Amino acid sequence: MDYGYTIFILLLPLLSFLVLGLAGMKMSHKLSGLIGTGSLALVTILSYITAFNYFTADRVNGVYQTIVPYNTTWLPLGNLNFDLGILLDPISVMMLIVISTVSLMVHIYSFGYMHGEKGFQRYYAFLSLFSMSMLGLVLATNIFQMYLFWELVGVSSYLLIGFFYPLHAAVAASKKAFIVTRFADMFFLIGILIFGFYTDSFSFSFAGDVVMGQGTTPFNPVQPGTALAVSGALIPTALVLMFIGGAGKSAMFPLHIWLPDAMEGPTPVSALIHAATMVVAGVFQIARMFPMWIEYAPDQMSIVVWIGVFTAFYAAAVACAQTDIKRVLAFSTISQIAFMMVALGVSLPSHEAGVVLDNHAQLGYMAGMFHLFTHAMFKACLFLGAGCIIHAVHSNEMALMGGLRKYMPITNATFLISCLAIAGIPFFSGFCSKDEIITACFAYSPVVGWLMTGIAAMTAFYMFRLYYGIFWGTENVEAHEHHTPHEAPSSMTIPLIVLSVITVGVGIYSTLAGFLGWGGNFGHFVSAAGSDYTIHYDMKIALTSTIIAICSICLATYIYKGEQQPIADRLYARFPRLWKAAYKRFYQDEIWQFVTHKIIFRCVSRPIAWFDRHIIDGTFNFAAWGTNEAGESLRPWQSGDVRQYAIWFLTGTVALTLILIAI
Amino acid sequence: MGNIIMFCILAVVILGSAIMCVTTKRIMRAATFLLFVLFGVAGLYFLLDYTYLGAAQIAVYAGGVTMIYVFAIQLVSKRTLQGMVENLKQSRLLAGALLSLVGLATVLMVAMKNEFIFRAAEVNDVEVPMRTIGLALVGSEKYQYVLPFEFISLFLLACIIGALVVSRKIKED
Amino acid sequence: MMIPVECYYALSALLFFIGVYGFVTRRNLIAMLISIELVLNAVDINFAAFNRLLFPGLNEGFFMTLFSIGVSAAESAVAIAIILNVYRNFKSDTVDSISEMKN
Repeated sequence: MDYGYTIFILLLPLLSFLVLGLAGMKMSHKLSGLIGTGSLALVTILSYITAFNYFTADRVNGVYQTIVPYNTTWLPLGNLNFDLGILLDPISVMMLIVISTVSLMVHIYSFGYMHGEKGFQRYYAFLSLFSMSMLGLVLATNIFQMYLFWELVGVSSYLLIGFFYPLHAAVAASKKAFIVTRFADMFFLIGILIFGFYTDSFSFSFAGDVVMGQGTTPFNPVQPGTALAVSGALIPTALVLMFIGGAGKSAMFPLHIWLPDAMEGPTPVSALIHAATMVVAGVFQIARMFPMWIEYAPDQMSIVVWIGVFTAFYAAAVACAQTDIKRVLAFSTISQIAFMMVALGVSLPSHEAGVVLDNHAQLGYMAGMFHLFTHAMFKACLFLGAGCIIHAVHSNEMALMGGLRKYMPITNATFLISCLAIAGIPFFSGFCSKDEIITACFAYSPVVGWLMTGIAAMTAFYMFRLYYGIFWGTENVEAHEHHTPHEAPSSMTIPLIVLSVITVGVGIYSTLAGFLGWGGNFGHFVSAAGSDYTIHYDMKIALTSTIIAICSICLATYIYKGEQQPIADRLYARFPRLWKAAYKRFYQDEIWQFVTHKIIFRCVSRPIAWFDRHIIDGTFNFAAWGTNEAGESLRPWQSGDVRQYAIWFLTGTVALTLILIAI
Repeated sequence: MGNIIMFCILAVVILGSAIMCVTTKRIMRAATFLLFVLFGVAGLYFLLDYTYLGAAQIAVYAGGVTMIYVFAIQLVSKRTLQGMVENLKQSRLLAGALLSLVGLATVLMVAMKNEFIFRAAEVNDVEVPMRTIGLALVGSEKYQYVLPFEFISLFLLACIIGALVVSRKIKED
Repeated sequence: MMIPVECYYALSALLFFIGVYGFVTRRNLIAMLISIELVLNAVDINFAAFNRLLFPGLNEGFFMTLFSIGVSAAESAVAIAIILNVYRNFKSDTVDSISEMKN
């Protein structure tokens, strides 16, 4: 099967970026939007064709083969080359579908949302750039190419967050996002370099060649030096460093501080980048390097697990106290990504020398990937819905919303579906993936399992707090008299409908398939070993999680549904400081500010700057001053007096003679 | 014997006139003392049996050059001719004296160190015949000087023209 | 009997440095030129004496002296022309007046 057309998946967005970037200002808004959306629609079609071809192709030994249609050496450096290429593999094909679908929805949505904005063409150009970068990231054949596109994604994110550049807050937020992720990427790069230096390759070929399910050591122990170095702590160190880079991009604690501020960007951007695609890059990276984690660093997986658990809890706690819709959704994203990380982290086989991926590994990996897929869909739907609401009410604050269900029925319905999905109610896609995660956690350790269940409950609680706060609750009557909120135009509601249909569709099918043991489920396509993995639900856990989710929803309904919220107010009066701390995100930003300003700037940067300005510059200034002074002091020699010259001339001659005689 | 006496007289004349030449305050007197020096040097040439050279010295130097100087002095130094003096800066005097003495010492030391001084050969009192000089000046073999001769004639021409150009009066239209 | 060569050498050296002293010390331009003439004459004596007393058969020194006399004359002429020009422009015959290139 010829996959040569996959190169267009990367080329088309690049082309549209160039066209829109260079010639965009000469086009009308509509034309630029059409070019951007059109190219992405083509990409979506190509992605679906690729997926169809890939997943219907024959498996070899029950495993989907890794296909590499293109791999060229871009920068040959002796033994170690930088390659660029395209790699097709179950998770990359799945990511293709996710990215292209959500991106297409965002493109269509932006027609309505960004209508009349200045810089419309620039926006679509950057969206194309982002799509290209993200697609390149998931199709990377080696870790260095992934890093390259990783940075490109970071740049696109910076450009898009700072889209409303006249606003000071947007500029600050874009800088913060870029700097924090760049800081994390420093560790990523160090990890890559250690890895490349000692194993003499950047490729994931360990992932490709290692056919999981059979214990094989992936590289040649003939070179004793390499084997020695690698068998030590080097590969785990490299992997953990790479994870830190991924943690920065995926907003794990404590590098999550950029994501809530990144909500200053336009809402479709938040939907695309900061909910569905870019922030899952870290999860994707771990999934991609998964065989190496299992082979070399199984103990270090616990770092991933516990960071994930803590982040999930922290984000959920903070989300309960936020009043800005987008901030709530941002923290919810952080929390859900932490779920995915935990899912990958708990996928440990038993600690043996040979790599045998048993059910544990299959489940966690598959669950994490499945949750990535479903989360992308419903979170994008939530964000786009939030965009519709913001568009209607012209504000982000929950206090100005309330009772909007009368005015915006479609948004209401899709938002409710997505909230149900994220809460983990059966027959919605979130249930399937989240349930699997919790099952895997219980298999790893009961503590982690109960913690994740509790966090799932909190998730349900704050999401429904949000839902009731927007669509039910107290209506802001005066504002609505002046300006009645209306339903969004169809360009904005169609993506919502599409995404919620996907959510419901996948949900119904997966739930039934899980309970009735049908095939063709997600695990059929994507799993750790590439083989078919049929999902069976553990009834105990499924039931427990469902009941807990329903209880949380009822609690939220009880507290927040009515016109007044007496219980909420009483709780607020009781624990004002706790609420304030949660509202201020537990002072994480302040801590980081303190560290950078007081410690790094004052103790490290300022002395270095002083040194640079006074000593290094001083040396050169002194050299220049010295030369000048020497020149000035020689000036009186030019006395214009012929006799003086004669004296010097003769003195010189006499001296020379004396010297020559002496010698 | 006679050589030595003649040499001493000439040496005294030369050196005395030279010293007076450089220390006198009046420029006309300096030119006169230069004339005496030139005559003395011509005498030395005669003593060395270089009659032609001595004749050339008197003709060109003592006659031509000194006359140029006298004319120049007349044209330029109006004040000095009337007896006005120039004052010499003390430090300049000292510097000059010092330089001269040091230089003199160096030169004499070089001479002492060098051996060729003492290899003087005993020569006949024969002067260089005119015929030899003439042939040498226009001959083109080795040790013959036609090239410098031609060159110096051109050179003199150039100098004359140059001097004319430099010193002409620029007509103001 | 010939005069020993070191006498001529000493004489020419003395004359040379008297000329140098005169050049360095005097302010009048023409006086400086006169001092230069002394220097040149000293050199001529040197050439002639060395040729006669140390290299009897050869004539290089003789012709060198001859040409030196010619060149000195030419050079004096040019220098006088320059001094005339200086006098015209600066109205002065001292060397201090032509120090426009100072510093």
